[in-house]
Amino acid sequence: MKTIVKYVLLDLFRNRIILVYSLILAVLSISLLGLDNNPTKGLLSLLNVSLLFVPIITILFATIYFFNSVEFTELLLSQPIKRNTVLLSQYIGVSFSLATAYGLGVGLPLLFLVSGTASLILVITGILLTLVFCSLALLIFVSFKDKTKGIGIAIAAALFFSLLFDGLLLAFIYSFSDYPIDQAVIAILALNPIDLGRVLMLLQLDTSALMGYSGALFKKFLGSAAGSIFSIICMFFWVFVPLLLSVRIFKKKDL
Amino acid sequence: MKGLNRGLILIMMFLFVQPTLGATIKVSPAINALSKALKAANKNDTLLIQPGIYKEHDILIDKKLTVIGVQWPIIDGENKSQLIFITADSVTVQGLQVQNTGRSSMTDMAGIRVQNANFANVQGNKVLNTTYGIYLQNAAYCLIKGNLIHANAVDELNSGNGVHAWKCHDLFIDNNDIAGHRDGIYFEFVTQSHIRGNKSKRNVRYGLHFMFSHNDTYSKNEFSDNGSGVAVMYSKGVVMTDNIFRHNWGDAAYAILLKEIANSHIEHNLFVKNTVALYMESSTNIKVEKNRFIDNGWAIRVTASCDKSTFQLNNFIGNSFDVTTNGTVMLNVFRQNYWDKYDGYDLDKNGIGDVPYYPVSLYSVITERIPTAMILYRSFLTNIMDQVEKVMPSVTPDQLKDTEPRMKKWNL
Repeated sequence: MKTIVKYVLLDLFRNRIILVYSLILAVLSISLLGLDNNPTKGLLSLLNVSLLFVPIITILFATIYFFNSVEFTELLLSQPIKRNTVLLSQYIGVSFSLATAYGLGVGLPLLFLVSGTASLILVITGILLTLVFCSLALLIFVSFKDKTKGIGIAIAAALFFSLLFDGLLLAFIYSFSDYPIDQAVIAILALNPIDLGRVLMLLQLDTSALMGYSGALFKKFLGSAAGSIFSIICMFFWVFVPLLLSVRIFKKKDL
Repeated sequence: MKGLNRGLILIMMFLFVQPTLGATIKVSPAINALSKALKAANKNDTLLIQPGIYKEHDILIDKKLTVIGVQWPIIDGENKSQLIFITADSVTVQGLQVQNTGRSSMTDMAGIRVQNANFANVQGNKVLNTTYGIYLQNAAYCLIKGNLIHANAVDELNSGNGVHAWKCHDLFIDNNDIAGHRDGIYFEFVTQSHIRGNKSKRNVRYGLHFMFSHNDTYSKNEFSDNGSGVAVMYSKGVVMTDNIFRHNWGDAAYAILLKEIANSHIEHNLFVKNTVALYMESSTNIKVEKNRFIDNGWAIRVTASCDKSTFQLNNFIGNSFDVTTNGTVMLNVFRQNYWDKYDGYDLDKNGIGDVPYYPVSLYSVITERIPTAMILYRSFLTNIMDQVEKVMPSVTPDQLKDTEPRMKKWNL
């Protein structure tokens, strides 16, 4: 397993895209944080960038990578290696490099410019999102044989989670605003990893606005550590559930 | 002129009338020593209360006396009854530690009560664990200064107020430290009074609460961590300057709540980390000037029922929402404020932005209507909606705008 991860990492390092990704993130972070002497504002812009671009870039890059290395995968499988091992080591290679790229690109500037809990949470959120969308990419890869179709689905998934989902949730809130829907809304929120990441970050930055909120449940949930823990646990679910699903599908897949 | 005269009278009373003409009597701890001494004393006498514990209650001061505690003698009500009761004019009570009044739903048990008396001087006392700390009823020209008034109230029902004033005028409440009551300072029908340099914190309900109290001045006070901040209702001619409102945090917390206030000034105050910094309802002709609104959830919530108010020369920095309102009508003026969210330009370099700033965001309108939508705050979707609304305002009140937004923040 170690050897496969090593080769995946070497391969990714050689095509330099990850390096460019990391550099772009670093430039973005430095410029956004340097623009304003109010660090909260910089953090917010960076949060927006992370929530918008990290999922889409991660899922696209990972999906394309998995599809492109399908021959390598087949070659490996002709050897006496378990299917699980091959798939998981590929996942680990891709997600590790993307997460490291994010960690370095955003984490380092943050460490030097605005170090604090909020920055740490932002980096954690970004890394978790990277892991989540890598898992989703893997699921897409094992579920579809056709590359074009897979990439299409990946784009659709990214757009769904970053834009469409919130629209639907807003519509839901609008139409059922006369009912006590606080609990339902929190439950629905857990279905979107991007929203979870956003809430996790908001708890660090805008608690006053969220606390001013009249729903008692929200206050209890969002105002306490429980909210953060809930978000993080849900995000871990989002990492492991697609991952386990893809392993199961891949085991039975006719290559 | 009238106010000045009254102030002068006040000062004269304290400076010249107070020096004792009578005898000085020392009182030492014994059974009912205080009550006996007070009964025996003549008008204008001075009582020096020696250190120790005096377990007495309903201590009546019904003639002009000066009562001074030496090294904080303790007057303990043993959680049963009320303590000092002042019914004569020009009484001074100083340096006592008054503690443990009872709790009752029939009478308002107070540590020090001034009733139907003027020119009382209550200074430098420690009032601990009382239902009501200092209670002024139908009193005037009183000085309440430098007292430490602490209790540990848990709920609104079983607690009283730190400084409670009812039907008074010309009070001077200065430099007191009040914590853990229902309301820190409570005024009802109190006029022409000054409240200065007090600290009011961790009160269950309001740090300061007043109703029907006209022409009062509040300055240099600090109100922090109160259940719902400061509530100001049904009064006119209120002046609030140089106060600090900090961390009044919760689902119904306001740094200041104004309800039916008229002709008032709110100037040079600092609002930090409050859920809602300034909430206004049905208020008229309020000048909100030179304040700093920093890191609040909502900086200003002004309902459509307010009119003729001016918001100018303020700094708005790091607030989640700058201004929200509940209608489309806006009869108030916003001008020359600094808004950190302003992204306009200043081509003629005169320090004033060339395009107006609309402080109400679409999203704040939505959350005003449906609070649950708060959960989507700062998501990509709502950012897009806000931007679209900025280009083509349709939902947000287009009259609510700052036509001369400042490019740089004011030095306040």
